[in-house]
Amino acid sequence: MSPKHRKTLVVAGHGMVGHRFVQAAIERGLTETHDIVVVGEESRPAYDRVALTSFFEVGADELSFLPSGEYDDPRVRLVLGATVDGFDPETRTVLLSDAQGQESVLTYDELVLATGAAPFVPPVPGHDLDGCFVYRTIDDLEAIRDAAAGATVGAVIGGGLLGLEAANALAQLGLETHVVEMAPRLMAVQVDDAGGATLVRHIEKLGLHVHTGARTEQVLGAERVEGLALADEEPIPAEVVVFSAGIRPRDQLARTAGLDVAERGGVLVDERCRTSDEHVWAIGECAAPGGRMYGLVAPGYAMAEVVVDALLGGPGSFTGADMSTKLKLLGVDVASFGDAFAATDGALELVYADAVTGVYKKLVLSADGRQLLGGILVGDASAYGVLRPMVSSGIALPDNPEELILPVGRGGVELGLPDEAQVCSCNDVTKAQILEAVGEGGTCDSASCVTRCTKAGSTCGSCKPVVKKVVEEFFAAQGRVVDKSLCEHFPLTRQELFDVVAVHGYTRFDDIVEAHGRGRGCDVCKPTVASILASQLNGHVLEGPTRTLQDTNDAYLANIQRNGTYSVVPRIPGGEITPEKLIVIGQVAQDFGLYTKITGGQRIDLFGARMEQLPEIWRRLVDAGFESGHAYGKSLRTVKSCVGSTWCRYGVQDSVQLAIDLELRYRGLRSPHKLKGGVSGCARECAEARGKDFGVIATEKGWNLYVGGNGGATPAHARLLAGDLDRDTLIRYLDRFLMYYIRTADRLQRTAPWIDSLDGGLDRVREIVVDDALGLGSELEAAMAWHVDGYFDEWRETLDDPDKLARFVSFVNAPDTPDPNITFRAEREQAVPGESSGPVALGTTIPVGAPR
Amino acid sequence: MSTSTDPAVLTAYTVVCRLDQIEVEGGVAALVGGVAVAIFRTHDGNVYAMSNYDPCSRASVLARGIVGTRGEIPYVASPMHKQAFDLRTGQCLDDAAIRVPTYDVRVADGMVLVGGPRQET
Ligand SMILES: Cc1cc2nc3c(=O)[nH]c(=O)nc-3n(C[C@H](O)[C@H](O)[C@H](O)COP(=O)(O)OP(=O)(O)OC[C@H]3O[C@@H](n4cnc5c(N)ncnc54)[C@H](O)[C@@H]3O)c2cc1C
Ligand code: FES
Repeated sequence: MSPKHRKTLVVAGHGMVGHRFVQAAIERGLTETHDIVVVGEESRPAYDRVALTSFFEVGADELSFLPSGEYDDPRVRLVLGATVDGFDPETRTVLLSDAQGQESVLTYDELVLATGAAPFVPPVPGHDLDGCFVYRTIDDLEAIRDAAAGATVGAVIGGGLLGLEAANALAQLGLETHVVEMAPRLMAVQVDDAGGATLVRHIEKLGLHVHTGARTEQVLGAERVEGLALADEEPIPAEVVVFSAGIRPRDQLARTAGLDVAERGGVLVDERCRTSDEHVWAIGECAAPGGRMYGLVAPGYAMAEVVVDALLGGPGSFTGADMSTKLKLLGVDVASFGDAFAATDGALELVYADAVTGVYKKLVLSADGRQLLGGILVGDASAYGVLRPMVSSGIALPDNPEELILPVGRGGVELGLPDEAQVCSCNDVTKAQILEAVGEGGTCDSASCVTRCTKAGSTCGSCKPVVKKVVEEFFAAQGRVVDKSLCEHFPLTRQELFDVVAVHGYTRFDDIVEAHGRGRGCDVCKPTVASILASQLNGHVLEGPTRTLQDTNDAYLANIQRNGTYSVVPRIPGGEITPEKLIVIGQVAQDFGLYTKITGGQRIDLFGARMEQLPEIWRRLVDAGFESGHAYGKSLRTVKSCVGSTWCRYGVQDSVQLAIDLELRYRGLRSPHKLKGGVSGCARECAEARGKDFGVIATEKGWNLYVGGNGGATPAHARLLAGDLDRDTLIRYLDRFLMYYIRTADRLQRTAPWIDSLDGGLDRVREIVVDDALGLGSELEAAMAWHVDGYFDEWRETLDDPDKLARFVSFVNAPDTPDPNITFRAEREQAVPGESSGPVALGTTIPVGAPR
Repeated sequence: MSTSTDPAVLTAYTVVCRLDQIEVEGGVAALVGGVAVAIFRTHDGNVYAMSNYDPCSRASVLARGIVGTRGEIPYVASPMHKQAFDLRTGQCLDDAAIRVPTYDVRVADGMVLVGGPRQET
């Protein structure tokens, strides 16, 4: 289609659903025919509102769906901090105003309303005093955090799902917290009286005050909030009040434009999510398909897909949604699914309650007791993953359905889910789709890979255990035991081997293979043992018997290249180098005819050195003050930096100094795979630190530490481990993180997949590194301190040791005769490897053994 | 390892190095008749020789590979792409079509001697 025929699609609102709509539009090719303009009122791109409460813990970056602030597809334009003020279906125009109040007009062919919902604030007197908040956006949470800093008591008005989340947040912020609910129980929409009572007991045990059946008459205070006046109860003192009394769809734009709205609010749409105007659509919480609005994200996502489908001419329709919920509130599991209140004619209830442990479980069964219609779980919702799909798929129940809710050990059955059962309700992924991803033709080999590829488990995460089980059962059924043995010689994982070596204090491969393995080892286990010994002993990798264990590159302390020559990379910490040193590198390259190239890690790689030339080249480099760059090792490579506050007018911290310090601290550290770091001096992130195993980004208050990034074939963005750290804390966390990785990762497993492989993922890493949950902190730090103290330059030591040098010869009987198989040709004025078509013999006239 | 004691054969051997110049489960390259030959020493005390040229990567590097066992087979892994070669026969264990020429080799008085290329058997 030629550009002038391209259509314009305007999306109002860049929240969870607006974002999902744009993603689907890009993925399914709608941008081939449409330019998309997305207008979002918040200053940030869409983020995970469902996980809003974790903002206090992980910060805004971690919640963002689009950290770069733009979509990969250039045909999508994102306008943030701008509001859609109105639209006119006649002229098909929308009116915008930006943050400065500047107005402009856009013409559209199609308009999608994704404006979400707004918290409802009941009009009680004093509701607008200073210190009153709602709980919906990151901005709201920032304001609540600031207010909580100077307060001691907080109150939440509303004891529903969101109100309890807000109460959780206030408690986390250290406030004594009250929950005021007008209904006689908490979470009135999701749980029944008995479930609500169980929930109250849990929550009160945690020190929160719950007031049910309590109506707020007034917010007390002159300018600032001082408390709440309740009907029939003593007033509650409070300096922070959060309203969470329900939400209202943001349907004002449609009302003003004269479109139909639902009786109870929300833009009225048909099953294709089309409004009463044929070019205007509504999705997410602002929409009311068939007159009903949905306050959950999964139905919104489904609506987004339906509209993309409709615009592509497809048949998709929205016919209602699963309103099941599972959440963990203040550490208490709560789930509600299907017909939780037994509204179906003749429905039976099956209840299990244990007051001592605070568990309440209820199943709602069909009149014949054969089908599960719904249920409520409080205190232990582990069965949710299995039960919810049973409702939607309608499979027959076992003869004794009570087994389903009895605690494990007192019965409890394993249930085969049918293939069509929906496992992930947030992303509408069925069991069949998961099996497809791991089965033949699929590309996944683990549950975490399934989550990446199918999105199952990527939103609220409540289905993750079931995803994992489906994958494991499939592998087990196939007889595909995931064999974690290192190789045929060791029936151990790398981590187990690491522990074995540490416990026994082994120093030699021979002892290890004799006691714990079989045979004489191979190119897999020998380098692994070499790396483990290097991590534990800090010895020289070319020392004695460990020499023959070293992999190709470690064996000659250089990187082998395609024609059997090597490349040489001296360390240039942080990428900072003096002109004098640069000149030395140039002269060495010139004298030995080496090809030179700048690397991605801010240093210089010299290619084409014959093995027998390496000592001579390094003698020159070491004399000029260089040391090994360990480019050849599974070890720390570089810590890349931007120029930082010393020169850069945007920089807020000295990123170069920190990068140098970190590179010198961790140089020579042997690890399961290569390790890279980066330090950026401000949020512009010029050092691309989040593409590294550990990345540090300066903030006004200190440093943010990100972990688990890498480039390469499966790129990964590093994720925030901890924020606003001072230098000492940063280094302490990094010491622990790196040592824990070295001890527990698999061979050739980079930090990103390692983190994914841990039960609990990044949260687990945070528990161990930041919270020191295993009490390993000081041990890990001590191990790192030992490494730092024991560091020496491998190349300098090699040059000083005739024994080690003896191996750097082309031929044992002709030490200086160049191997005739190595040839070069010139390309762009430098030497590059010549092609070899077979072994070459040296003319017999060359005197073997004679000096060059 | 060859066990030939025929004096006529012995004369065709080149002395390349002392045995202790080759590490156990290590290798060295030597020039024998102008050709690069890799000589290995295994844990059980045997010495083997084969062409240093790795036909898979087309580079003269095999002496720098890791020596180990696969089942009962002593082998060297190419340092380039890790293809395994049977030290006794030169047979590539990952590709039946590839075989590296082997050489007669023997140890006498603590010296390593390499003979001519073996005939294919
Ligand atoms: C604390 C909390 C916890 C939650 N937990 C869960 C949960 O566990 N499970 C679940 O399913 N759901 C949960 N939800 C609900 C879920 O977040 C919403 O269903 C979801 O965000 C709806 O997406 P949306 O895009 O329709 O609305 P939103 O995400 O609110 O996005 C709408 C966006 O449009 C913008 N906007 C509005 N009007 C305009 C305009 N005129 N011009 C420009 N932009 C505009 C808004 O600023 C907003 O950014 C939770 C919500 C909260 C607040
Ligand atoms: S059910 Fe929420 S992520 Fe799967």
